Amino acid sequence: MGGIRTAGDLVIRMQLTHKMKLDEAKKYVAEKLGVSVMDLCDVVKMAEVREDLGIGIQEPFNGANIGMEAKFRISEILGQKINSVERFKERAGVK
Amino acid sequence: MSNDKKFFTRMGDGSVVYMTEVEIREDIAAGVADAATRGKIPPLSTDEIQRIYEIVTMPGIVVGVEPGQEIVSTSDSGADKVGAKCGVPVDRTTQAVIHERVLGCDSVDIGFRDYNYKTAKGVVEHEAHAVRSALNITTMPIFYGAMTNLGFYTKPDGPVENWAELLPQGRIEESFKAQEEAVEHAVRDVVYVAEQMNTAGADAMNLDTSGAGGDADFLAALKATEIIRERFPDLAVEIGMAGEFVLGMHGKLKYDGVRLAGLYPHQQVKLVEKAGASIFGAVVNTNCNMSFAWNIARVCTFMKACVEVASIPVHANVGMGVCGIPMCEIIPTDSVSRADKCMIEICKIDGY
Repeated sequence: MGGIRTAGDLVIRMQLTHKMKLDEAKKYVAEKLGVSVMDLCDVVKMAEVREDLGIGIQEPFNGANIGMEAKFRISEILGQKINSVERFKERAGVK
Repeated sequence: MSNDKKFFTRMGDGSVVYMTEVEIREDIAAGVADAATRGKIPPLSTDEIQRIYEIVTMPGIVVGVEPGQEIVSTSDSGADKVGAKCGVPVDRTTQAVIHERVLGCDSVDIGFRDYNYKTAKGVVEHEAHAVRSALNITTMPIFYGAMTNLGFYTKPDGPVENWAELLPQGRIEESFKAQEEAVEHAVRDVVYVAEQMNTAGADAMNLDTSGAGGDADFLAALKATEIIRERFPDLAVEIGMAGEFVLGMHGKLKYDGVRLAGLYPHQQVKLVEKAGASIFGAVVNTNCNMSFAWNIARVCTFMKACVEVASIPVHANVGMGVCGIPMCEIIPTDSVSRADKCMIEICKIDGY
């Protein structure tokens, strides 16, 4: 799907955590991001959406969210636990 | 269309071949029939067979799907392809970022170059460092991947007798015992590595090339998955297969009351679901002596049957020598894009 160029990383997260088939995973992610299923694979649309939401972009400018900070936001938006985010919180003492 | 017009295509070994419409259609029909007979599954419909013909003969080197039909990707030893395969001097953590921000992958797995859990166990602290470093700077899911690779547990390198030597000597009971013992060793190693990866924060484990050593090898992957899901519920598991058919090196091993030897993808996936895996990496072998048309028709017949019965996502393994991809090191994009298009449109796969 293009990973963080689009929403591929988010769709596969739903496959991993909730065992969703592709169409169901795309629909879930689209609803959470407030976009259409077709938008999910559009690099232009998704670059804007991802930048606005702070969930990681392909070419991060200085100050843009990427990596762990982006995953904190993704965890919140998708409403799902992300293992590395949980481990980070435990170690950093973040509630 | 003239009947003697020849289309550019390939054989299963990657070599170029020019075939007429009649030859291609005959090969597609034969590929479908072969899969239907072996797997005892329904053949493809006339429309689906026609679609395969259109995709095989479609103009252009690279073909693609309609917008909105894009699917997600997983990998095996993905984060070391740049370093180990291409010889680019770059570490695995950096490769993970390259896969995310340069190649646009949806996920990637980090694995040890000697891609098996027995070896990874000995260096797991270092492996966990690589995974944790990657997790801190990447956004997409990061897997840890390796093979259960049961053969590594045989003497002289491993602790158990070599069943491949025992079987020709007629020492059948001893060969059973050796394989059963190897399963226990492998499960322990996979779970031990999984524990370290869970502590590092990995998103998932990839138990890759399962069944490479036969039914006992597949059993080890299923048992390990069950334990991982119970002990580390936030750590998902993908089981990827070694081949389309589980070899009966033991022959009597069962999981959930089902004999493992002889299972095809549509049967394997039900046990993978039962074990608790999130993704099933289905495999159909490529026959080097047959055309791409024959191979991909056969792949689609097996894969469609698998996706139809699966309640978890199915990712077709489209690497060298499997799922219609020719058996050659440098993979031709004409074949890859056609194989992908066929499986997305006809089989409705969830990823690859």
